[in-house]
Amino acid sequence: MGQIELKQVTKSFGDVQVIPPLDLTIEDGEFTVFVGPSGCGKSTLLRLIAGLEDITTGHIAIDGTDATGLVPAKRGLAMVFQSYALYPHMSVRKNIAFPLRMAKMDKAEIDKRVAAAAEVLNLGDYIDRRPGQLSGGQRQRVAIGRAIVREPAAFLFDEPLSNLDAALRVGMRMEIMELHKKLDTTMIYVTHDQVEAMTMADKIVVLQAGNIEQVGSPLELYQHPRNKFVAGFIGSPRMNLIEGPEAAKHDATTIGIRPEHTRLSTTEGTWQGTVGVAEHLGSDTFLHIHGIPGCDPFTVRTGGEVALSHGDTAFLTPDPDKMHRFDAQGLRIA
Amino acid sequence: MATKASRSAARLMMAPAVVLLMAWMLVPLSMTVWFSFRKYLPLRGGDLGFAGFENYGRFVSSSSFWPAVSTTLIIVGSVLVITVVLGVLLALLLDQPFWGQGVVRILIIAPFFVMPTVSALVWKNMFMDPTNGLFAHLWRLFGADPVAWLSEASTGSVVLIIAWRWLPFATLILLTAIQSLDSEQLEAAEMDGAGPLQRFGHIILPHLGRAITIVILIQTIFLLSIFAEIFVTTGGAFGTRTLTYLIFQRVLESQNVGLGSAGGVYAIILANIVALFLMRIVGKNLDA
Ligand SMILES: Nc1ncnc2c1ncn2[C@@H]1O[C@H](COP(=O)(O)OP(=O)(O)OP(=O)(O)O)[C@@H](O)[C@H]1O
Ligand SMILES: [Mg+2]
Repeated sequence: MGQIELKQVTKSFGDVQVIPPLDLTIEDGEFTVFVGPSGCGKSTLLRLIAGLEDITTGHIAIDGTDATGLVPAKRGLAMVFQSYALYPHMSVRKNIAFPLRMAKMDKAEIDKRVAAAAEVLNLGDYIDRRPGQLSGGQRQRVAIGRAIVREPAAFLFDEPLSNLDAALRVGMRMEIMELHKKLDTTMIYVTHDQVEAMTMADKIVVLQAGNIEQVGSPLELYQHPRNKFVAGFIGSPRMNLIEGPEAAKHDATTIGIRPEHTRLSTTEGTWQGTVGVAEHLGSDTFLHIHGIPGCDPFTVRTGGEVALSHGDTAFLTPDPDKMHRFDAQGLRIA
Repeated sequence: MATKASRSAARLMMAPAVVLLMAWMLVPLSMTVWFSFRKYLPLRGGDLGFAGFENYGRFVSSSSFWPAVSTTLIIVGSVLVITVVLGVLLALLLDQPFWGQGVVRILIIAPFFVMPTVSALVWKNMFMDPTNGLFAHLWRLFGADPVAWLSEASTGSVVLIIAWRWLPFATLILLTAIQSLDSEQLEAAEMDGAGPLQRFGHIILPHLGRAITIVILIQTIFLLSIFAEIFVTTGGAFGTRTLTYLIFQRVLESQNVGLGSAGGVYAIILANIVALFLMRIVGKNLDA
C-alpha cells in the first residue's frame, strides 16, 4: 500500500515561499514523476513527503492516515539520493542491511532479505566491497538495494541518474522501470530531464516555481498541454511557439507547433524561410529554419536524409489538426 | 614531477632542506647518546671519561624510574581520553546552528594561545589555591573545607590543566571533520530508522575516525614531553614526576648530564613504544 495525499501543503524558507499551497494525490502503485526546471522545488517537495523537511502549513496523508508530524522513519518510505548517500565505512552488505538492523530484525531474516535484494539487483560480485570501490552505476544499485529491503510503502528517488553517463542512464532507467513492474510499489521520481519523465512515468507532475502546472499521463501532457509552459517543457525538441499576426490568424495569442508536426518542402508551403543549422541524429534530422514570422528559429523534424543545406530556401506547412492555441494568459484554447 | 629531469631537479632543490633537517635532528640525538655513555658532572669535575652502561643501569634502578614512567602514561592517557571525548561532544555542539556561532568558534580556540607556563600559573593561583583560589571560595560557599588541589589531588589537577589547554585543539580538528560529513548520509540514516544515538554511533563516529586518529597522534607527541605545567604547579612533587621531569631533575638539580642523557634515551624508547602501540590501534584508520 502506498497512497500519498498532499492537502494545501506549503513550504517557506524564512520569508521565501518555495511551495505555494499545493494539492496532489499519488495513487497506490503509481510511478509518478516530478519534472520541472532547476530550482522549481522538486527536491523540496520530495523531502516534504519524506519528512526530511517540516511542512509550513497543510497536511500529508499516507494510506489515508495523517503523517504530517511523523518522523521520516515512521512514514515507511524509502529514499534514493542523488549522491547515493551510501555509508562509506560499511561494506555493500552492511549498507543494505543497515535499515533492517535499525528495525531490530533478527539476523536470519536480515540475511535472507539482503540476499534477495542482491539477487534482484545483481550485486553478487561486489557485495563485500566498500562503496568507494564501486562505479557510479554499481553505487546506484546498492542505494536502490538499501531502499528495497525495507519493503517500503513507496520509493522516493531524487534525480538518481544524473551522475551517470548517458548509456548507463538509459540502462538504469530500464532497470528501475522493471523493478517497479516487479514490486508494484508506489514510486515518486524527481528529474529535470523530460525524456526520463516521458519514458518512465505513469503520471507526470509538471512543476514551475513550486506550482503544479499540469498533472497527467505522458501522452496527455504531450497532446493536450494545459498551458504554454507545459507545451514548451514536454517534448523534444521543444515545441515552436509563434506569436503575433500569424497566431492572430488562428484567433490565438500564441500558437504552438511541434517540430514533428510540420511538413518540410523545397517548393511550396505556408511559410518560407532559410535553412540554418542542422542536427543530424542519423534516424532524424532537426533543422533550424530562420525567417518564419513570430518564431526564430523554427525547429522542424524530418527523416535522416535531407537534401537541404545551410542557406537554402525551405517551405513549412504545419499540420492544422495538431496545432496548439494559447490565449493571452498562456492557457490552452480548446 | 613527471619527467626524469623534473624529478632530479626536485631532488637537487630539496637537498639543502633535507640536509639541514637531518643535522637538526641528528646532532642533538647523537650528543644525547654520546653523553649517556660518559660520566659528566659539570660541577663536580666535569667530563670524567667513559662510564659504559653505568648511567643506563643507575637511571632504571633508581626508585623514581618506574613511577615516572607510569605517571607519564597516566597523564598522557587521561588527557587523551578527556580531550577526545569532550572534543567530540563540543564539536557536535558547535556544529549546531546557534546565535553567535562565529564568535564562539573563535573563542573556543583561545586557551591554545595561552602559554603553558601562564595557563598553569593562572590555574594554580586563581583557581586551585587553597586559601584564595576560586575553587576554595566555592567550596566554602557550600560549607565544605577547601581542597589543596595540587597536593591532595595532584595528578588530577595537572591532567585538568593540560586537558584544558589541549581540548580546543581536539575540538577544532573534530569540528572541521564533522562539517565535512555529507548531510545526505545523515538523512539517509534517518530514513533508515536510525535514531540520534544510532546516527552518532554508526555514521558520525566512523566518519570521525581519521580525525580522532590525528588528534591522538599529534597530542601524544606533545604530551609525552609536557614539562611547564608540572614545573610551575607541583615541581614534580606529589606523584606528578613524569619521565621528562625526572630527566630535568637529574641534569639540572643533580648536575649529572650523563645520567640525564641516559634518561633521554629511555624517553625516546618509551615514545617509540607508545607510537608503535598507537599505530597498531588507530593507524589503520589512516589508510584508505
Ligand atoms: N534550505 C533551504 N533554505 C533556503 N532556500 C532553500 C533551501 N532549500 C531549497 N531552497 C530554495 O528552494 C527552491 C527549490 O529548491 P529545490 O532544491 O527544491 O529545487 P529543485 O527543483 O530540486 O532543483 P534542482 O533540479 O536544481 O535540483 C530553490 O529556489 C532553492 O533556492
Ligand atoms: Mg533537486
